[in-house]
Amino acid sequence: MSEMQARSRGALLESLQEAQNKFGYLSSEILAELAKSLDTSLSEVYGVATFYSFLATKPQGRNVIRICKSLPCFIKNSQTIAETVAREIGIQPGETTPDGRFSLELTNCIGACDKAPAMMVNNDVHVDLTPKKLSQILKEYK
Amino acid sequence: MPEKRIVLRNCGVTDPRLITAYLDRDGFKALKKALDEMSPEQIIEEIKASGLRGRGGAGFPCGLKWELAGKARGDRKYVICNADEGEVGTFKDRYILENDPFTLVEAMAIAGYAIGAKIGYIYLRAEYHYLLDLLRNAIGQARERGLLAHFDITIHEGAGAYVCGEESALMDSIEGKRGEVRYRPPFPPTKGLWGKPTIINNVETLMNIPQIILNGANWFNQMGTERSKGTKVFSVSGDVKKPGVYELVLGSRLKELVEDLAQAEKIKVIQIGGATGRIIPYDMIDTPLAFESILGAGAVTVFDESRDIIDIVYRTMEFLAEECCGKCVPCREGTEVMVKILERFSRGEGQENDIRLLEELSPAMMLASLCGLGQAAPNPVMDSLQYFRSAYENRIRQN
Repeated sequence: MSEMQARSRGALLESLQEAQNKFGYLSSEILAELAKSLDTSLSEVYGVATFYSFLATKPQGRNVIRICKSLPCFIKNSQTIAETVAREIGIQPGETTPDGRFSLELTNCIGACDKAPAMMVNNDVHVDLTPKKLSQILKEYK
Repeated sequence: MPEKRIVLRNCGVTDPRLITAYLDRDGFKALKKALDEMSPEQIIEEIKASGLRGRGGAGFPCGLKWELAGKARGDRKYVICNADEGEVGTFKDRYILENDPFTLVEAMAIAGYAIGAKIGYIYLRAEYHYLLDLLRNAIGQARERGLLAHFDITIHEGAGAYVCGEESALMDSIEGKRGEVRYRPPFPPTKGLWGKPTIINNVETLMNIPQIILNGANWFNQMGTERSKGTKVFSVSGDVKKPGVYELVLGSRLKELVEDLAQAEKIKVIQIGGATGRIIPYDMIDTPLAFESILGAGAVTVFDESRDIIDIVYRTMEFLAEECCGKCVPCREGTEVMVKILERFSRGEGQENDIRLLEELSPAMMLASLCGLGQAAPNPVMDSLQYFRSAYENRIRQN
């Protein structure tokens, strides 16, 4: 493969990131369209789309909550945080609320270990979490 | 040895949004000196003589890497800054980027001149998206002042994958692919991004460059131990009163960091270097922090006497199994098997054979895995078996 061809294929991850931002998730139609426009196979596009944890191939809520479960947060009771959020919005990790407002995920280290426990909602990082703080934070996301 | 701020010299001191504040602190003087007074070869010699080694965990000599890329033939060359800080317990690069993006920009421009690259990439992890504007602002202001006339920098955002902090997976990710590890050789300095000579340096490694250029290699290599020159920035978390980022001269004792500075008490075990790092018991608290003893990327997570060692190792292995790229069998299968065994121990259902299995599997993974993830994945298992073996033995068929 020439460098030029490789470079056009190199747009794949960026295109997926753009589509994710625009449509909220990567439907099979989007994946097929991308494969066609970048002159590559659907399996390659699907392979990249499913490799990265910030890309989703099924519909997600308008707001994606990612609670850190790695050790520095875990020992600062991230489990209680996860349980509290799950109770508050009525879904388990891996699920999306019926009204499409929230998706909930447990994630690996987000680099906020000095202020554990921490979580991300969309691109925002929330730190030094307590169950009390959570409902106020969640209210900010409509 | 006390705290010493070389890498962090501007952090908390200057406004990270203003190039004028950076210029007031000798900003871009090193770049000017490099361009006006030094040849690329002289710069590389200076970095080599400084003894600077990679701060991302592997500790490869920085000057040697640059020399290989400088001498390699290629119509294009690349400088990549690895800002995909994903190691569990590491947040020092985040702290550096949010407080002093200009030093990084200057360092990359120097690196570009030294190896003959005109393009640089910052690979920023998706979780640090909120730092994007600050970084773009720094690059933009430097560009406006004509400081990046010979070299330009593009930010490439990751999409959530720990393994992309591994340099060959990182390059595949920039090329738009799954972040899978490459077979080596060839190594990046001869055949890297898009098959061109490439250097990949950690954020913290690059942060040292302007000061070495300004003050000279001899100033830098006075600090530290025989094989570990300069300072190291540590991320301290866990059971400590003062978690945070600390910069110490290399060779400082672990005790100074976790007890004197971070004020930990009743320590049971310390994990150094994150998930792929080492686990050591409290009685090794006098260990010097250096490449020749124990260091990694400087993640230091402290666990007090209330913590369960099996739980620590089990959760660490779970992380590694999830983040494994899946390309090579020893890592993909090995981490999964280890998770299953460790889960049994955590439930108190370990079997007689399990310790032997762990001890057989570990060297195989270390030997046969394709990259640092799989090669280092058995570290926490082997360390805990060495220092806390009774914890395992007590969990064999408890029920």
